[in-house]
Amino acid sequence: MQFKKTLISCAAMAMVLGTGVFAAGTIDIQSASADTSAKKIALSNNYAGNSWRQAMLKSWEKVTGQAVSDGIVAEASAFTTSENQVTEQAAQIQNLILQGYDAIVVNAASPDALNGAVKQACDAGIVVVSFDGIVTEPCAWRIAVDFKQMGAIQLDYLAGRIPDGGNLLEIRGLAGVFVDDEIHAGIEEGVAKHSQFKIVGSVHGDWAQEVAQKAVAGILPSLPEVKAVVTQGGDGYGAAQAFKAAGRPTPLIIMGNRQDELAWWKEQKDANGYETMSVSIAPGVSTLAFWVAQQILDGQEVPKDLVVPFLQINQADLETSLETTEKGGVANVEYSLDDAKAVIAGE
Amino acid sequence: MFHGHLNARMLRSALPALSLAVLLAAIFYTQPRAMSYFGLNLMLQYAVPIALATLAQMFVITVNDLDLSIGPFVGLVACIGATYLHDAPALGLFMLAGCIGLYALMGALIHLRNLPSIVVTLGMSFVWLGIAVLVLPTPGGKAPEYLKALMSLQVPLVPFPIVAAVVIALVVQAALMHSSYGVVLRGAGGNPKAVARAGWSMLRAKMIMFGLAGVFGVLSGLSLIGLTTSGDAHIADRYTLYSIAGAILGGAEFVGGRVSPVGAVLGALTLTLAGSFLIFLRVSPDWQIGAQGAILILVLALRALISRGEAR
Repeated sequence: MQFKKTLISCAAMAMVLGTGVFAAGTIDIQSASADTSAKKIALSNNYAGNSWRQAMLKSWEKVTGQAVSDGIVAEASAFTTSENQVTEQAAQIQNLILQGYDAIVVNAASPDALNGAVKQACDAGIVVVSFDGIVTEPCAWRIAVDFKQMGAIQLDYLAGRIPDGGNLLEIRGLAGVFVDDEIHAGIEEGVAKHSQFKIVGSVHGDWAQEVAQKAVAGILPSLPEVKAVVTQGGDGYGAAQAFKAAGRPTPLIIMGNRQDELAWWKEQKDANGYETMSVSIAPGVSTLAFWVAQQILDGQEVPKDLVVPFLQINQADLETSLETTEKGGVANVEYSLDDAKAVIAGE
Repeated sequence: MFHGHLNARMLRSALPALSLAVLLAAIFYTQPRAMSYFGLNLMLQYAVPIALATLAQMFVITVNDLDLSIGPFVGLVACIGATYLHDAPALGLFMLAGCIGLYALMGALIHLRNLPSIVVTLGMSFVWLGIAVLVLPTPGGKAPEYLKALMSLQVPLVPFPIVAAVVIALVVQAALMHSSYGVVLRGAGGNPKAVARAGWSMLRAKMIMFGLAGVFGVLSGLSLIGLTTSGDAHIADRYTLYSIAGAILGGAEFVGGRVSPVGAVLGALTLTLAGSFLIFLRVSPDWQIGAQGAILILVLALRALISRGEAR
């Protein structure tokens, strides 16, 4: 990683904040190559149909490709099921067991329904590490996202920027999805903590700019002055467009690391010194899962439940982040072995 | 001439078994590790619910209809199994019996109103899915212990999925192909007018066949959650296509009455193994569905070739 990004691990937040900037380091070969050079790790992925998943697979390829050529592991192949189906992924995992992999890294289609296959893998002596879409089977490791915290830190940031508080508009994600409920709960918690803020309106933006724009445009006429917009990612740019179209002053909108959002932010920053922050999950979390699996194979003591750091972009990092983010993509960061060790130790 | 006719016919009924044998040989060649009790057990486990769903589809195909709702139905059964059947067994059993009853009624509706089965079952697929989401809004629940125990049964020498497949295939084969009422049921699909004129109730035949499809759909769903240990409304969405493909691979034809239970089970096993084979070959997922389709076309082309020989 050439650029510096602030990675805030929810669990290791204090530590990371203390050191300020947490840059990705180089791979430490000595401490790991001895025991895992003959090991094979597979990625079982349930879906590849959006930019986030594509970036996730690309990161996996890049980091594990390097690890294989450095001789840290023997093989690290990615397998994606053609449709997002539980039964298909269960069969895929069973086939991976047969192919003799030492560890299987899983982004699961369902938290429960893969448990049967995961248990079979564990029983066959295979290390199973789940991330993003985690599995509940106790024998597997979980690298979970603290979505609640992702909502709460938005309010913490706003409290620092607008000490007097004011009215907020909340843009939620896809109704009925676990992630939406979690981020929303975090935002509610944040509002309870910083009581100077008040949510005056809430719409569902479905994590898509067009949907968010339409939803915000629909609710805006009924709202009083809005100081800030709290979001879930993939909706900030749409919200900004809606405010502009309605001829209302642009509030402080929290962004979600999408390239179009960052580009808009940069434009505003250059024009009028607009300041905000952006937060989301880096698709490169797949590489963190890879290193965690490698560490477990290496014989390291790793807690079963780890919390994934999320990727926050601040005003100062905007230009570098924008430069490295593909058009239409999501800001990403790949994890190094040292990052993984920090996450493991952070528990 | 009679001799050639017989040979072609035998070849045709041997085709499902033949394609399965070829596929197995190819798998053992690419992944020798699969050639073990453990390997076969893993690869074929998920074939059991698919085989049951395929038989359900086969019953419907027998009476010259097509069931596009079997996948969501299996999903619904899985949801009921992972919730009510676990927490309140009596209520769960009652609900499953109700599901089978609804399936039989669906057959009655199709017959009485003379509706195209594709339309009715497509509509019902959304009803099943809707109820499943109501029963279990988010994936989860717990499969009853006895189902888990049954599906992870360790039989000596031969892996459980193979034993289960053989037993299921033989029971249905005996009932449908070698019993006198089985002949009537098949006739209801092949030549409904003749069967009706002979005094048999067509309504009854359709209701029985759809009811049997419901029974096997329930068995499929229950065996599925025995494997996954929990339910999900979308757990079996692919089963609709799998079941049709499996039945056709196994020698069924869309003309009614021409089916083969043993073939259907073999077809389901072939489809399941085709997936494993493609993963072992590291075929990119973008091509896997296409490759599965190619296998299907290959087998059907062979069958058409043999049938042509038979006609001659």
